[in-house]
Amino acid sequence: MKTDDLIADLARGAGAVEPNAVARRYATAIGWGGFAATLVMALYLGVRPDLRTAALLPMFWVKLVFPGALFAIALALAARLARPAMPLGNLPRLLFVPLIAVWAIAAAELAGAQPASRAALVLGRSWSVCPLYITLLSAPIFAGAFWAMKRLAPTRLVRAGAACGLVAGGLGACIYALHCDEMSAAFLGSWYVIGMLIPTIAGAILGPKLLRW
Amino acid sequence: MTRTSSDDRNWTVEERLRERFVRGLAGDGAEYEAFLRELCGHLRAYLRKRLAGMPDDIEDLVQETLIAVHSRRDTYDRGQPLTAWVHAIARYKIVDLLRTHGPRARATEVFDEDSDLFGSVDNEAALAKRDVARLLERLPERQRLPIVHTRLEGLSVAEAARATGMSESAVKVGVHRGLKALASMIRGER
Repeated sequence: MKTDDLIADLARGAGAVEPNAVARRYATAIGWGGFAATLVMALYLGVRPDLRTAALLPMFWVKLVFPGALFAIALALAARLARPAMPLGNLPRLLFVPLIAVWAIAAAELAGAQPASRAALVLGRSWSVCPLYITLLSAPIFAGAFWAMKRLAPTRLVRAGAACGLVAGGLGACIYALHCDEMSAAFLGSWYVIGMLIPTIAGAILGPKLLRW
Repeated sequence: MTRTSSDDRNWTVEERLRERFVRGLAGDGAEYEAFLRELCGHLRAYLRKRLAGMPDDIEDLVQETLIAVHSRRDTYDRGQPLTAWVHAIARYKIVDLLRTHGPRARATEVFDEDSDLFGSVDNEAALAKRDVARLLERLPERQRLPIVHTRLEGLSVAEAARATGMSESAVKVGVHRGLKALASMIRGER
């Protein structure tokens, strides 16, 4: 096809473009993905029965704010990675702030604990299933985030995939926190982090394969 | 100062293109077409400079990039420079092309390395040439003939198509797949 004809074709049917395409696309994806993950959590895992009393404890909120902050930063990163040549600024470094904060709380917690009970603080009762459940709950959000990213214009595919993965992992961990009754920062700083890392790494690996356009 | 004047000129191009593009985004078809035409000229010049060794791919890539710019135009943020946005898309499409045609690029490199390595010793060069001929023999005809015609005898794709009775796209596909197969034979043998 001649390039001139192509241009005429492209311009002919063009029409006006709706603004905020990136935001709308992500809102749809995150909305449906988060809804599905919440449904799975409520139906198959169950909201923790002591939610009312737990909500009075600061640790309950730390467990929501920590993955929530990572989710928010990852979402901002994904929105930028969806646009060609959009600079990332300080966002990648900002990811370390919640991480270091939780590790600091965990360190204080472990330092103040009896040596014999430290292992119990880190392992809790559910260390063996926590990363798995977070990964499972993040799956529908992961699919949504990739669906949104694919139709935008990512040019940095590994990072775009990783950002989608962390969006999913962060929100998945938030939703999982409503089920999980572990109440130590040491647990949060290890198993939640691993649970969020799995979809992030999966995203980085799948990005170049699935996000090509 | 020359730098300032070329910056000024780039700035004018950026401003004009951006204005047309933004009007196009708002639904002005004529302005959008003018934008695409001007962009097309810039893209062609840009790609010619960077892909001097692949003249056949330039027009394809110009079209690919225009289609990409068009289909993803809703990802342009009005606060960012249009040049940077288009440039990132063009670069992405170049890298994508080189990746999908990777085996071909690699195969060419392999042959180039051979001539560098053995170029100074005549009988070694002849051996390398015989190696290639021997490997070519193992390819099916629909891959071997396009390679022989376009890469060794220097015919154009159209001429090779006439000589073999194949369609032009079949010639291109044959060259592509054949070189891929050759590259994997070479990797497997050495």
